Amino acid sequence: MARRWTNDLSRGDATPKQCYLNRRQLIAAGSSGLALSAWPAAAQTDALEPNSFEEITTYNNFYEFGTGKTDPKENAGQLTTSPWAVEINGMVDKPGTYAFDDIMAQMDIEERIYRLRCVEAWSMVIPWQGFELADLLALAGPNPEARFVEFQTLMRPEEMPGQEYPILDWPYIEGLRMDEAMHPLTIMATGLYDEPIPNQNGAPMRLVVPWKYGFKSIKSIVRITLTDDQPSTTWNKAGPSEYGFYANVNPTVDHPRWSQATERRVGGGLFSKRIDTLMFNGYDEVAPLYEGMDLEAQF
Amino acid sequence: MTTAQRVNVALRKVPSWVVYLIGAVIPFYYLYLALTGAMGVEPVNSLERALGELAMQALVVVLAVTPLRKLTGVSLIMHRRALGLLAFFYVACHLLVWGVLDVQDPARMWSDIVKRPYITIGMVGFVLLLPVAATSNNFSVRRMGPMRWRRLHMLTYVICVSGAVHYVMVQKVWEIEPLIYLALVLALLAYRIPTLRREFAA
Repeated sequence: MARRWTNDLSRGDATPKQCYLNRRQLIAAGSSGLALSAWPAAAQTDALEPNSFEEITTYNNFYEFGTGKTDPKENAGQLTTSPWAVEINGMVDKPGTYAFDDIMAQMDIEERIYRLRCVEAWSMVIPWQGFELADLLALAGPNPEARFVEFQTLMRPEEMPGQEYPILDWPYIEGLRMDEAMHPLTIMATGLYDEPIPNQNGAPMRLVVPWKYGFKSIKSIVRITLTDDQPSTTWNKAGPSEYGFYANVNPTVDHPRWSQATERRVGGGLFSKRIDTLMFNGYDEVAPLYEGMDLEAQF
Repeated sequence: MTTAQRVNVALRKVPSWVVYLIGAVIPFYYLYLALTGAMGVEPVNSLERALGELAMQALVVVLAVTPLRKLTGVSLIMHRRALGLLAFFYVACHLLVWGVLDVQDPARMWSDIVKRPYITIGMVGFVLLLPVAATSNNFSVRRMGPMRWRRLHMLTYVICVSGAVHYVMVQKVWEIEPLIYLALVLALLAYRIPTLRREFAA
């Protein structure tokens, strides 16, 4: 069922493992004038060079492990991700608990190199591995009357210290409209740079919806419910005027406290130039999903 | 000699230039950390926040000088001007990083100042700091006279509140650290109420 969508970025754009593991040394070598024989030519010139493994795994928003950007890296090591299971329930033919290993055995794992745009106006390019959400939902058999999908993150305060503080209404809940969930761009990521996805990035399985702000891409999922009601989502409840249900990347609709017109690509250092944010984060193929909607009101 | 007196003698031996020098070096040390990767993979934001927090710390210390003297007898008064000017320097660095490295566009800086309440409040604090910093010298005390000078420097109270509120408002959720700074500022101001009431009643 998979491979309905083709990357505009190729595997050649991603940093090979021997490069990202040694990136700092390579940068040091580069600045001292040595040739970078192991470095792919595309990666030097392409503006869409994926971020390094270090960047993707040390700069995270995962408030279950703390609100600082490095807190998830520091605190997520203790999270137990095996065994893991996802409950799929609601408007499906086969509700039940699906073991992570059983899911993986049935899925076609492919690479998706996606841009990620955080609502805080920073961005990355990330080489995910995973499968389309549509294929996972197909296992449970969605009913035609299902209109929305609700996702829930693991609630385990003894391993997720951030959940001890009521800064958000735990557990973390996110949601998609059914057509968004079934879109071939929407994936469940289980890997990063050909490694199992690190805990701080949402192990063992997290949603990735590349045309929406990052907070929609919920991590460490334990429940998926198909419903005919629009889910009440965590950030939307925390700040209804700041974080909409749709949260589509949109440079013309500002966050009340900052502009969304531009973003800073992580990894550019202290003097990196801001770049223009693209409508739907550059994924124009999703525009038909929102035809006729007022995206300023339904932000 | 009491402990407080011994501390005061020791404090008085510290020359002002040492306070200025150590204080002025800190932002450059932060800049070095940001340039060498020690502030993480997104150093612009880290540096901006580190400088803002440093400014907040300096403001709280300045505000604590009088209550500390009245409660413990320990007096930092001879270093208060240096601490205050350092706070101004830190706020200016924070603002510079925001404008030059973060926003990178004068038009957008202006629209943020006008449109975003937390930036408006922060900017109000900075603008009020300008006359206070400009008159933090003996010449100004003499020219203005101690009463007028003192009244002008009471702007510090407004500056500290605006800084702390700016810090609380920039967060996405109610975080504990900015709330602690706000509580400290409000407590240090509340301590002054009886004195101020007497002064203004007279």
